[in-house]
Amino acid sequence: MENRYAIEMLNITKRFPGIVANDNITLQLRKGEIHALLGENGAGKSTLMSVLFGLYQPEEGIIKKDGKEVTIKDPNDANALGIGMVHQHFKLVECFSVLDNIIMGVEPTSKLGFLKKKEAREKVLQLSERYGLQVDPDAIVEDITVGMQQRTEILKMLYRDNEILIFDEPTAVLTPQEIDDLMQIMRNLAAEGKSILFISHKLKEIMAVSDRCTVLRKGKCIGTVETKDTTEAELSSMMVGRNVEFHVHKEDCPVGDVILDIEHMTVASKVHKNNAVRDVSLKVRGGEIVCIAGIDGNGQTEFVYGLTGLEPLVSGKITFDGKDITRMPIRARNAMGMSHIPEDRHKHGLVLDYSLEDNIVLQRYWEPEFTHSGFLRRKNIRSYAERLIDQYDIRSSQGPLTNTRSMSGGNQQKAIVAREIDKEPKLLIAVQPTRGLDVGAIEYIHKQIVAQRNAGKAVLLVSLEMDEVLDVSDRILVMYEGEIVGELDPKKTTAEELGLYMAGAKRDSRKEL
Amino acid sequence: MGMDATKKKNRTPFFAQPAVQTLLASLFCVLFGLVLGFIVLLIIQPGTNPETGDLYAWEAILAIVKNFFKFSNHASRVKNFGNTLVKTAPLLMCSLSVLFAYKVGLFNIGAAGQYVVGAGASLYLALGLQLPWYVCLLAAAVAGAVWGAISGVLKAYRHVNEVISCIMLNWIGLYAVNSLLALVKDPASPYTLKIKENAASSVLPSLGLTKLFPGNKYVSLAIPLAILFAVLVWVVLSKTKFGYELKATGLNKNAAKYCGMREKRNIILTMAIAGALAGIGAGMLYLTGYEEWSCTQASVPNMGFNGIAAAFLGGLHPIGSIFSAFFIQHITSGGAYVDKTMYCSQISDFISAVIIYSCGFVLFIKQNAQRIRNRRIERSLQLTKGGETA
Amino acid sequence: MILLIQYMLIFASVLLLVALGGCFSEHSGVINIGLEGIMVFGALGGALVMRYLPDGTAAVWVILLSVLAAVAFGMLFSLLLGVAAINFKADQTLVGTAMNLLGTAAATVIVKAINTAENPDNVSATIQYVQAKKAFLVNIGDFEFNWFMALAFVLLLISYVLLYKTRFGLRLQACGEHPQAADSVGINVYKMRYAGVLISGVLGGIGGLVYITAGVSEWKFENGVAGFGFLALAVMIFGQWKPLRIALAALLFGLFRSLSNVYMGFDLLQQLNLPGTVYNMLPYIISLVVLALTSKRVHAPKAEGIPYDKGSR
Repeated sequence: MENRYAIEMLNITKRFPGIVANDNITLQLRKGEIHALLGENGAGKSTLMSVLFGLYQPEEGIIKKDGKEVTIKDPNDANALGIGMVHQHFKLVECFSVLDNIIMGVEPTSKLGFLKKKEAREKVLQLSERYGLQVDPDAIVEDITVGMQQRTEILKMLYRDNEILIFDEPTAVLTPQEIDDLMQIMRNLAAEGKSILFISHKLKEIMAVSDRCTVLRKGKCIGTVETKDTTEAELSSMMVGRNVEFHVHKEDCPVGDVILDIEHMTVASKVHKNNAVRDVSLKVRGGEIVCIAGIDGNGQTEFVYGLTGLEPLVSGKITFDGKDITRMPIRARNAMGMSHIPEDRHKHGLVLDYSLEDNIVLQRYWEPEFTHSGFLRRKNIRSYAERLIDQYDIRSSQGPLTNTRSMSGGNQQKAIVAREIDKEPKLLIAVQPTRGLDVGAIEYIHKQIVAQRNAGKAVLLVSLEMDEVLDVSDRILVMYEGEIVGELDPKKTTAEELGLYMAGAKRDSRKEL
Repeated sequence: MGMDATKKKNRTPFFAQPAVQTLLASLFCVLFGLVLGFIVLLIIQPGTNPETGDLYAWEAILAIVKNFFKFSNHASRVKNFGNTLVKTAPLLMCSLSVLFAYKVGLFNIGAAGQYVVGAGASLYLALGLQLPWYVCLLAAAVAGAVWGAISGVLKAYRHVNEVISCIMLNWIGLYAVNSLLALVKDPASPYTLKIKENAASSVLPSLGLTKLFPGNKYVSLAIPLAILFAVLVWVVLSKTKFGYELKATGLNKNAAKYCGMREKRNIILTMAIAGALAGIGAGMLYLTGYEEWSCTQASVPNMGFNGIAAAFLGGLHPIGSIFSAFFIQHITSGGAYVDKTMYCSQISDFISAVIIYSCGFVLFIKQNAQRIRNRRIERSLQLTKGGETA
Repeated sequence: MILLIQYMLIFASVLLLVALGGCFSEHSGVINIGLEGIMVFGALGGALVMRYLPDGTAAVWVILLSVLAAVAFGMLFSLLLGVAAINFKADQTLVGTAMNLLGTAAATVIVKAINTAENPDNVSATIQYVQAKKAFLVNIGDFEFNWFMALAFVLLLISYVLLYKTRFGLRLQACGEHPQAADSVGINVYKMRYAGVLISGVLGGIGGLVYITAGVSEWKFENGVAGFGFLALAVMIFGQWKPLRIALAALLFGLFRSLSNVYMGFDLLQQLNLPGTVYNMLPYIISLVVLALTSKRVHAPKAEGIPYDKGSR
């Protein structure tokens, strides 16, 4: 009997210092099927793909192509085996034409190295017609829509006669209409015999387009199911699991006045031409933790940028502590009592080559306590840093003088948390405050956040972690494709229900949230 | 064994300390430049001096490194030491200019042009308007600051790469100053009038330094002032709120924005200050009368570019710059003492250029050394961990 | 008038060649501030050949050998940039600056050493090539045609074709725009960047040779090439990194340069009574203004100046 599988990854194990990124994972892609790979952030999807493209060598396990074992040492090997991938961030040269991007690397040329673009163009037009991939070969990539850019990436794979097509989160940047088109394209491709691996965490799309689905969770393979035999709810619980390893101890707390009032906020995107945040309105009161839940890339980052002043708003109004701060500079917002634990501690949160003490005063160095007639008051900075290091248990090799770059991620984060909380803010914005931290540090940071809320502060938590969302927050707002699609009460909802909202499978009718 | 490992981890080994590494790297660059210079000399004239039994090339290199020490007579030694110092002052200022901008993430290749307009402003005010020296020096600072600020504004508001705008401004400055100073030119030569004879009040005061350097007419306020500026730059960068902001902007623009610093203003201010430093540097040389400006010169003076060398060789530290600027000027002056029947003084320029070139490799080598060290630490930690579990 | 056109064409040829060199380097992703130094070295190579060829050598050989020498010297010198910027990820501005200083200093040392070795009293850094230079010139009436004008034109066409019509050009530009994308389709970014830098060495070297034979028949190497490398950089920017526009920019800037030499011959310009330096300054001012007005729209190769690290995909 002919082999049924185009590519097989059998019992793949890949370890990194401290974690097992892939733990005995088996993924078998049948010929001509659309196979979804589902999992939360950090479930091990990208590691598995890196193994397939030869960027990592697995400690255990083998890869088979058409039933024969193969070794893949680098991406060129993968290309030679007919494996192609549409990356989440397109790898297109923006000032080149669509045609140039497609042929780059496998250009048809005459013997002297002159490009035979006519020939290439014909092949591209043929492919584009056959698979229903509408593109203008002469358009310049930076001028065309995200959807057409993606079709260019797909044509790049088809032009190379790739048989195995991998789509990494392909719908993240598309409009609903473009998503529908993409789904149809994927069906066409499969009908023509291509094998497709579709990496996603959007359940609705998986249900709509895939034949089978493999679910990963925390580096382990949870199982492979036939899509027609399953439900969104089942997939959701497979993806999320529900481990109650620790629970945040939290008592009820009286809710105070509205501290933050956002009305119809819209923020542009830097990556694509659609708005990243669309018409978001919400209120946060003192003494409550409001959590913006959602899967990565649904506009949370831009939402926080707009709120903190890092990016201008397209439209909308922000009222903070009774004042309109829509156009207020960042320093003034901070001085009014807005604290911000940023999503990316290396990009925004810390000046890594500064000492710990210099980072601890990053939001306050200009206050009279730390600056006197233009000169830094080193003594005060030192004692303040020492107090925070002590109080918040920030561990480092040389105390206040430690180079921040040399500290562990957990302690770097603790330093930021200490800095932002010790400012005595009225509003604490914490964006993925526990990302990449170990259990101990996570627990500590959760305690600090709850303590702020108990002290009557307003807390806005942005999180991707299901456990964190359900355990820490008092109110959950789910963000999907730049919009708030639902409000949930953590005491009444379940992980499964939350998962459906996050994956866009369910949404409330529009109302004042 | 576990104890040993932890102990080792807590104390940075001597050679891994940043200051030591920087010093070593600079010494390595210097050595590399000198060795390459020596090889070139050897190729030009491989012979041995029959009188001393030394290689000619060796004697030439020694002459360069010794500079004024070659004089056995104390008086001429001191006099020439003074001359080296006179030219060190502007070089130090240019290197401070480059360094200051670099700390904020800007490459001020325009120090050369800011130096040129500084020379133009100070000499014109001196020779044309007979203004006192402090006004001339201030004008040099302002001219340089304006020149630098143009690049800063273009960078902050028009996203023009500062390197490109600085290059353009270097040449605009050169031609503008050539025309301007043609107004105060000696009719018989391409050079400007001698300042000591034509504008005595504009000459920088000597502060009695001529007593320390008997026979040297050019030592002046400029030398202590330049050192003062180095200290000032160091204080501003390391002790003040302003320096804290500028460095943060340079090290992590995003973090600076995040905590509410005004990065655009900082960029413009930085370039203006850098420009002022280079401009003052020019005033410090031309207001001593040590040199006149040639109104027909067809290329931007090297002083500004050598400032880049001094800044990098000094490990991008203001105090380090004092020493590196002196060293570079020292070997440049030393070039004058090579045996002219075989060699030329430009061998010093060659050595300085090689030194700057090798400075380009320093960062890479430092990073790799750090990476290797980190990997070694990681491995030893893993070993100890493995030992514990077993 | 003829003199003006003649000067304009020869200066434009120099600027065109060198700017095209810079264009190749930048399209591969390496900023080449060191063009000035490359020119000096190319000029040195050519001058040495012209000096040592016996007087009666046929014109063809003079041209061929001096150009080859300029190419070899230019390429060799550009390797300094390649190694530092590509393999060692050095700061390209720092390296370029060092190359400019090094070019003039090294050329001076070499020429002086040669002169002094021949005659201990000769400590100048000047090379003469009165006879050899005649090989490049053909008089057409009053107009002194220089073969280098034709060479520049041919190289312009070749550059255009190479950049836009060949596989090499496509790949080279990809490396300067989005090296990760190029790498992902199997293009060796390091190799392409070396190619870009070496081509800038070739063209810059020839440009240097043309410059020192334009108008004069001896060259004093202490002077370097008097900022022509930087002017070429301005030409490249003004030409927006595109060969044909660079050619137009070179003509324009060549015109300014020659005006500063011969503006006295024109009544109109003389009446304007502008100092000659204004014409020297204009190209730089124009470039700066154009940059300020267009920098947000017109883009330089996106990845230029950023060392490519294979590890960070």
